[in-house]
Amino acid sequence: MSLNIYGEILNEHNIRPTHKGNIADATIRLEGKNPTCGDDIYLELKVGEDGTIEDGAFNGSGCAISQASVDIMIDLIIGESKERALELCEKFMKMIRGEASPEDLDELDEAAALKDISHMPARVKCAVLGWHTMEEMLKKTDDL
Amino acid sequence: MSNILKKDFPVFEKAPCVYLDSAATAQRPYVVIDAVKEFYETMNANPLRGLYELSMAATQAYEEARECVADFIGAGSPGEIIFTRNATESLNLVAYSYALNFLKEGDEIVTTVMEHHSNMLPWQMAAEKIGAKLIYLEPGEDGTITEEEMDRKISPKCKLIAAAHVSNVLGCINPIKELADRVHKNGGVMVVDGAQSVPHMEVDVKELGADFLAFSGHKLMGPFGIGVLWAKRELLEAMPPFLRGGEMIEYVSLDGATWAELPHKFEAGTVNPSGAYGLMKAIGYLKDVGFDRIRKIEDELTARIFDAFSEMEYIHILGSDDPKKHTGIVSFTIDGVHPHDISSILDSENVDIRAGHHCAQPLMEYLGVMNTARASLYLYNDEEDVDAFVNMIRKVRGIMGYES
Ligand SMILES: Cc1ncc(COP(=O)(O)O)c(C=O)c1O
Repeated sequence: MSLNIYGEILNEHNIRPTHKGNIADATIRLEGKNPTCGDDIYLELKVGEDGTIEDGAFNGSGCAISQASVDIMIDLIIGESKERALELCEKFMKMIRGEASPEDLDELDEAAALKDISHMPARVKCAVLGWHTMEEMLKKTDDL
Repeated sequence: MSNILKKDFPVFEKAPCVYLDSAATAQRPYVVIDAVKEFYETMNANPLRGLYELSMAATQAYEEARECVADFIGAGSPGEIIFTRNATESLNLVAYSYALNFLKEGDEIVTTVMEHHSNMLPWQMAAEKIGAKLIYLEPGEDGTITEEEMDRKISPKCKLIAAAHVSNVLGCINPIKELADRVHKNGGVMVVDGAQSVPHMEVDVKELGADFLAFSGHKLMGPFGIGVLWAKRELLEAMPPFLRGGEMIEYVSLDGATWAELPHKFEAGTVNPSGAYGLMKAIGYLKDVGFDRIRKIEDELTARIFDAFSEMEYIHILGSDDPKKHTGIVSFTIDGVHPHDISSILDSENVDIRAGHHCAQPLMEYLGVMNTARASLYLYNDEEDVDAFVNMIRKVRGIMGYES
């Protein structure tokens, strides 16, 4: 296994996350758990009436990979529609399976820093925790 | 200095690694691997069943292993040795067959917060079913359970104490003898989880004052899938079987059955003779090396880790400050770095350590940590292993983007 994963982007988002904390006017909250690791993430999103994700934040504890991954994800989806967020989520999962195209990686922007997770099976769960949590949140609120 | 015992273990040649996770499972020497092969090549038949030569050879190997284990832990007789799959099964056997039948509502079961889940969940189950009260002894930061704590928590109603001889997180040795004396005064029994002690120190069940001792073969270099429960004969005689089926009966009719004599009463179904045979060879290897030498290796290497860690103020070791009180187990945290990241970084150089809650979540909570990293040593480790480990640990914070 290589250590490429612990690069500047991941470390920066881990040590100085932009979105760690709470947002006062969140419209959805969900806890994501990874019982084998003890990782625990509380994700909050503020979704506007037109379905745009206006703000997001997370709390909880976990390894650098799970923390940075969720922080990067929130960066990426703020300002996007729910549909676009789910699309990015799908591309992220594709990347984790090692199946993403160069265009997919482009769209994933900083999240592409986690690409090598596809070679670290023990850490896949950490990388996808936040994304899975978001997917579940947005799908649940489909019919709101 | 390198350790000449390493050459006895094929894994170090065939899948080279710095193996520091022996508390999870040990590596196996050639003698054990060869013995399992030898069993299948020359003795393979269902033991205790066939009347032909091969089956008798299998039976003999299996029973010889039982005698070897009895002798190894100072049991009164081979009939007191029950082969199980692992320590977990052994402890469950005691909870189901002993506790559920011999404890009653209002009795107290005492254990400790540092137990492995395998020595905690069976007692939670038993206490709930019986209507007994489950009480937890709390250690100090160094793992010590004090006399005062025992005075406070162990009342005359306590009829069973279950404790790890050695903690798989802190590495401390628990005061089994004192606990046993206290529970015996109440006419109760002492259950010892020897999973982390039997591989590392001479354990004599009589000296220990135990009534039950559980351990796993795989942590003392034996095959996977073979474990041991030792118990005093009179207890085993009185207890009903745990599992029912083939090979554990004396006579069966449509109305019921009478049980086979010990130890077979507790070994329902086809047993694991190759595992037992391999375990016997592991015990032989362990004795050849000798516990004094094992202890010396582990203590020196633990001290070497402590020395190196003392220069890194961002590292915190759990448990005692004295490396001699760790039984080769060093659980630690690094400020700002999650244990899973530590272990991934070490894995990049094939340094194998454990990260997580170590199946002791209540202890983690009690100590106020979510997770820890753990390096655990055994007789094949050497200074080169420790230095490779420490050198990687020195780099961890840098790799994670910290200045120092
Ligand atoms: C103290 C202790 N008890 C019990 C066990 C359970 O052993 P096994 O999983 O082999 O049943 C372990 C192993 O991790 C242990 O360290």
